[in-house]
Amino acid sequence: MDGQWYDADAGPLVRPYAMTGGRTKPGPHGVRFDLIALVVVDPEGTDSDTEALLGPEHRALLRLCRSETQSVAELAADADLPVGVVRVLLGDLLEGGHVKVSRPVPPAQLPDERILREVIEGLRAL
Amino acid sequence: MGRHDEGPADRVPDTDAADTRGADTGAGYTGAADSGVADTDPGDDGELAALALKILVAGGFGVGKTTLVGAVSEIRPLRTEEALSEAGELVDDTGGVDQKTTTTVAMDFGRITIRSGLSLYLFGTPGQDRFWFLWDELSQGALGAVVLADTRRLEDCFPAVDYFEHRRIPFVVAVNCFSDARRYGAHDVSRALDLNQGTPVLLCDARDKDSGKEVLIRLVEYAGRVHTARLLDSVEPRADSV
Repeated sequence: MDGQWYDADAGPLVRPYAMTGGRTKPGPHGVRFDLIALVVVDPEGTDSDTEALLGPEHRALLRLCRSETQSVAELAADADLPVGVVRVLLGDLLEGGHVKVSRPVPPAQLPDERILREVIEGLRAL
Repeated sequence: MGRHDEGPADRVPDTDAADTRGADTGAGYTGAADSGVADTDPGDDGELAALALKILVAGGFGVGKTTLVGAVSEIRPLRTEEALSEAGELVDDTGGVDQKTTTTVAMDFGRITIRSGLSLYLFGTPGQDRFWFLWDELSQGALGAVVLADTRRLEDCFPAVDYFEHRRIPFVVAVNCFSDARRYGAHDVSRALDLNQGTPVLLCDARDKDSGKEVLIRLVEYAGRVHTARLLDSVEPRADSV
């Protein structure tokens, strides 16, 4: 872009939490989007009418989710937004019924032996 | 609106149930963990039943965390940035350290797909130990951690070792063998770090995929053993009191 004074090095031109209307916590209470929580588009929840009402960042996230199931961390990286911002935006999408979010592996219960063995074999096969 | 109301509401009891199960499963451990996963989203499609496991890669600045993640990850290391509160800026002294801005902290991460519906996520923890709040979030629910060490600056990994020991998160120490560093045996490193007995120490080359794989395999094996041992520990006192 010739003649423009800003470029990638100038950093974001919009303050991150301006995209969330100043909110720093996801709307639906009790929801904590773990970094590895997986987000999928709810096939019943989206129609183009309601989607048109969403902001550009919301739509960008939906687009990313549609291409493949993604973790919160991947979404943040791909959308180039801070994780905190992505969490708020995902909260909106969840509330609007646009996406579903899986709980990651429950922390208190380590996956059973069978899964660990599968992981080890999978790593060996890489 | 029923559906969206369900989402958040579902999650709260689920989490509670999972915690309880984890605390008191005892002998039924395998079965309970199994059904726990299935219970998460009854009637939902396969995608939501997907499992994601988290492994942390910690260690001092420049020890090779990003390199290790990149060597084993199927995606190029992605960086994700977490906005810092202004409280962080006051103590932020980036003078001459790096080119990062004062308001964001980067976390590297990578992914290994074991099979459809089972993936391993690797997170490189921020090198500066003042970002404890991020460590807390990262370590929540983590399967285990790899602490990368450089024998020329062994003290750089002390905070990580302390952190995981205190929180009882299973970890292995992987000594990244830089070519110009004097070679020490795993035993020497273990002693120098004053590790708890049993904590595996291995030598690795963070640039090498096979070497990185080996480190992860050792960690998963070790994490499995640690968790099994804890379960047995928690069962025994009850058996005695009967």
